[in-house]
This record gives sequence, structure tokens and C-alpha cells, in this order.
Amino acid sequence: MDLYEYQARDMFEKHGVPVLPGIVAETPAEARAAAEQLGGVVVVKAQVKVGGRGKAGGVKVAKNPDEAEAHAAAILGMDIKGHTVHRVMIAAGAAIAEEFYFSVLLDRAERRYLAMCSVEGGMEIEQLAVERPDALAKVAIDPLVGIDEAKAYEIVDAARFPAELRDQVAGVIRSLWTVYKDEDATLVEVNPLVRTEDGSIIALDGKVTLDENAEFRHADHAALEDKAAADPLEAKAKHMNLNYVKLDGSVGIIGNGAGLVMSTLDVVAYAGEQFGGQKPANFLDIGGGASAEVMANGLDVILHDPQVKSVFVNVFGGITSCVAVADGIVGALEALGDKATKPLVVRLDGNAVEDGRAILAHANHPLVTIVETMDGAAAKAAELAAAAE
Amino acid sequence: MAIFLTAESKVIVQGMTGSEGMKHTQRMLASGTQIVGGVNPRKAGAEVEFPGDVLVPVYGTVAEAMAATGADVSVLFVPPPFTKAAVIEAVDAGMPLVVIITEGVPVADTAEFFAYAQSKGTRLIGPNCPGLITPGQSNVGITPANITGPGKIGLVSKSGTLTYQMMFELRDIGFTTAVGIGGDPIVGTTHIDCLAAFEADPDTAAIVMIGEIGGDAEERAAAYIKEHVTKPVVGYVAGFEAPEGKTMGHAGAIVSGSAGTAQAKKEALEAAGVRVGKTPSETARLMREILTAS
Repeated sequence: MDLYEYQARDMFEKHGVPVLPGIVAETPAEARAAAEQLGGVVVVKAQVKVGGRGKAGGVKVAKNPDEAEAHAAAILGMDIKGHTVHRVMIAAGAAIAEEFYFSVLLDRAERRYLAMCSVEGGMEIEQLAVERPDALAKVAIDPLVGIDEAKAYEIVDAARFPAELRDQVAGVIRSLWTVYKDEDATLVEVNPLVRTEDGSIIALDGKVTLDENAEFRHADHAALEDKAAADPLEAKAKHMNLNYVKLDGSVGIIGNGAGLVMSTLDVVAYAGEQFGGQKPANFLDIGGGASAEVMANGLDVILHDPQVKSVFVNVFGGITSCVAVADGIVGALEALGDKATKPLVVRLDGNAVEDGRAILAHANHPLVTIVETMDGAAAKAAELAAAAE
Repeated sequence: MAIFLTAESKVIVQGMTGSEGMKHTQRMLASGTQIVGGVNPRKAGAEVEFPGDVLVPVYGTVAEAMAATGADVSVLFVPPPFTKAAVIEAVDAGMPLVVIITEGVPVADTAEFFAYAQSKGTRLIGPNCPGLITPGQSNVGITPANITGPGKIGLVSKSGTLTYQMMFELRDIGFTTAVGIGGDPIVGTTHIDCLAAFEADPDTAAIVMIGEIGGDAEERAAAYIKEHVTKPVVGYVAGFEAPEGKTMGHAGAIVSGSAGTAQAKKEALEAAGVRVGKTPSETARLMREILTAS
């Protein structure tokens, strides 16, 4: 889960990382009040989970509360790379002398952590890595040790910070490591980390990604989720404990196992090329169980997607018997009754497949077509979706 | 021959007495796996009865289980909050192979127990994986044992159900070993580890490698194949339709910016001489062509 900047700021503050005062506002009037409260020059910053908001006009300096209100009015509702701005953060202004960069993240390939640091901050890190690779220090972090004092100084020295800033920056890096470790983050990035003219080191902008698998030991993380921004179908599916991602196509997909479902999306898109470019409408993994209830919930979500024209149920019965899957489909269609209106293509294989297909054949539901192969079923589903347009 | 797991492997189950542990221990026993014990400190000394009058003793610790049985594989059905401690216990006991089925382990825990296992020489498979099967010999994890029998194909995959699908498609040829390495961002055994083991296994004639979006494990495997693998490899990559920034079921299956795309993985594999199927069935056909031509 990616956090908004203001959430990252609060988390930094909680762990002793130096940040500037900041107040979230959802209306221009709130922005004015925040600017009055902070006093002096403030910065109005769009809160979106995407980079490049400065260039898009989402960050403006305001010399007084009037300007803050006007900037907030302009920024709220703005579209930045497909993300609508619902909140701004009013941050205290700072006299910046220098900009640096720091991040610590999961290094999947090396199966440990990686700290990156540079005295040339401010620009996009991908750009810095390409244009000035020598200026970006990369230091491997042993998960069993973390960033202790020695490692913090190693990072500071690798980035070639001047001697007079070593202690201060190393201290901030250790606090940022505490955020990473104690909050179960997979990314903590500060860009820019600044030195102000009065000599403070401050995390001016932060990006934090949290590990959703670790939520069981962070009761407070659930509150950080932006429920309002979620797709309504995704929210509904999540409520039903379904693993669902909304996509833009016309063929609804239900399958078991993440890999098989991803593969099903691809096979549908590939088959769909023959039928006017039909694409998958969603990712939905119903997991190993595939009970009638889970199948009914899955169908319920998918049939509520107005873009869906046909549904492809693709199940490989591994541990689960195809009998249970077929019972699930029949039961789900019964439960849905008249609400089930779109054609279903079902492909079953694996454990007890003959019995499973027999159950579907016997039920003889007018909406259900059984196709024996995955590729053939994908083509049939794409064909039905194209015919419904 | 096979890789990592044979008929001689003696297996203990950490978390055997839980509901998932019981269900899958029964299935593993039915598929011929030598299950020599379970571990649960609160039930030490007990025996658990499985169908067919099989009694499996429960030990208080992994070390006790190893001392009593000579076990050389441990498989974990332990909930996420307790997985790290269970892996570290197995590593400390000197277990050579630990297979972690559990889904939902925090990646920081995996990073720690992986680093620890590496320092002590324990091989980990998983987490968030179906385990591995050497058909006709032993089955550790949750892979259905009745899909296919022994044969000459080696399989390594991030995905359980795609493994089952591929085993099903090529069931007439059969497999030496199929390893589900898991879909988490950090896994104990990689595609490369399995490719190296299959290359060294005299009974494996050809290899199927199944990947998916996220990370660069497939690209690394492609580079490894080019340098070190002489046996034919066919590949499949899932997730071409996955949008950027969305996790697709597996914690590790996410395209971040331009990194981790299926297209990049496919291109890297093809550049290494690997034939990559557009669908699982086409991938199986490619394997069949290779094996019938040779």
C-alpha cells in the first residue's frame, strides 16, 4: 500500500524524522485556515500517489492565506496523470540551501535491502541514476543487521556528504530506517532531503510503501487505506474477501490461483484479437476452495460490472474437485436467479473433471457453455462478448 | 533421480496438527511421502492417526524430531505471524531443506529468515508456494499427486495452478520434479537454483520454466540459461494484461513503472534461445515438439 505524502510525513514525525509542519485540507477554506495557523510562507501540495505533480502544477508557493486559498482552489479537483486531487497539504515554507536524496527499499533480486543516497537530490531518481550514476551511492543492507550506526556512516560517506553534515545526516538516516523497520515498509524514500539555510536537515517530501502482509501486526495501518479512492467494484470485492482487480475489457474472468488467472487474462486478450480486440474485464482469483458461496460472490461482483458482456470461468481442479466447482456454479446461478443475464463459458479440468462437466450438462443452464480447453474457451468467451456489443 | 526430493527423503511437518496441516499431511502420506513426524510443543509425545492405520509421532521441537527420525526435509503449515520463528527453529536444528507453504508472510520476515538460512546452509523453498513433487517418489506441500507420473521433464514455476495445468498438459510424458518456488517478492529458491539442479540431473531431459510479472527473476534466469544450461528450456510468462501498479494475487506479482513486465521477461527468455509459448497449451506443445524431435 502506497501512502500519501501527508501520511508519510506523519509517520516520519512519529519516528523522530525531522519534518516541517503540515496540515491537510480538502477545501480552499480549510487551506486558508491552515495557512493562517502555520503563518508566513506556505507551500500548497497536491496529495496524489503519482510522481511529477510539481511539473503538472500541483505544487505552489503561497505568500499569505489569500494565495493559499486561491492555489488550493486551483489544485483541488485537478487531474494529475489520471489521479484526481481530493486533498492538498499546506506545508510550512523552508529556506532551502541544498537538496539531497535518500531511500531504502526491498531489493528483490539480491533478497535483502538497498539504501540509495545522493547529495544531488531534487530530480527524479530514475533520471539521476541514468544521467549521474556516480552521484548515486548504493549500499546493500543485511536484513539481519539493518542500518546501524556504522552502516549509516557508510551510506553518508558513499554519497560523499561533507564532513560537517555527516553526524546530522547519519542520524536522520537511522530514524528513516526505524520507519522502514518498525512500520514494515518496503520503500521509504525522501526526495528531497534538504539542508535549510539555518542548518537543519529536513525530510521535505516522503514516499512510503507498506507491506500489506504485515497488517496483522499493525492495527493502525488499516486506517491509512484510502477507501474513497478505490474502485467501487474493487471495494465490494474486498468486502467479500475476493482477490479482484478491475480492468477495462468486456470479458469477465473467474479462475483459481493467481498464476492461472493472470494467464487467463492473457489468453482471453490473445483470443480476443480475432473478435475485434476483446479484452479481460477483471482479475478475480477465487483461490483453492471455490465453494458455491465464493463462486456466487464472484459472479455477483462481475455481473455488476456494466462493461462485462460475457464471463469466462476457468478452473483447474487441483485439490478442489471439479464436482465442487460445478456445484458452485450451478448453486451460484440458482442464487442469482434473474440477476444472471450474461453468457458464461466454463472450462474445467483436473480432479473429477468428468463428473464436474456432467453436473453442468445435467443442469443445462441456458447461459452456460462448456468448452474443454482453455484456449478454446477463451475464444468462445471473446466471441460471445463481441456478439453482445 | 530428481532434484531436492526423492523417495528416501524423510519429512516432518511443522504445524501438522492444525487443520491445513492435517489435511495436507494426509494427502502427502497418500501420495507416498515418508512423513516421519510432526512438531508441536503443546502436543509432544502424542501420536496422530491418519487413514490406513498410519500413526505419526508428534515431537516438541524440530531438533527432537530430527534426532528421533533422521528427517532431512521440513514442510511448514504455520500461520504468518509464527512462520519466522518456525523457519529459524528448523534452520537452527540443521534441517537441510525447509519448504514454506504459508501465504501472507511479511517480506521483512522472509528477508531475515532467508539471510539466516543462507548463513547456516539450509535451502528454503517458498514461502507462498505449493511445494515440490517428485512424481512416484515423494510429494511435499499441496501439489495434487494424481495429475501426472514420473518422466523426464523438469518444471519450475512461480505459480501453483499453472504448475498443475502444465503437469496436466504433459501428463503422458511425466516429470522428474516440479518445484513451485512461490509468488512472493523474496523466495528461498529461485528459477536459477532449479535450472542448475535440473541441468545436473541426468534424468531430466528438458525443462519448463513458468514465470510471471514482477521483479527480474526471469531476466536473470534467461542470462543463466544462455551461459549454463545445455538442456532445452521452454518458457511461459503470465501477466501481459496486468496493469501497472496493481498486485495480481501474488504479493510479488506487480509491474512497477516499466519494471517487471511480462513482455520484458518474454524477450529476455527468447534472446537466450528459450521458446516461449503464448498460452499454457502452446507452451506444452513446444515442449512436446522438442521431446519428440530429440
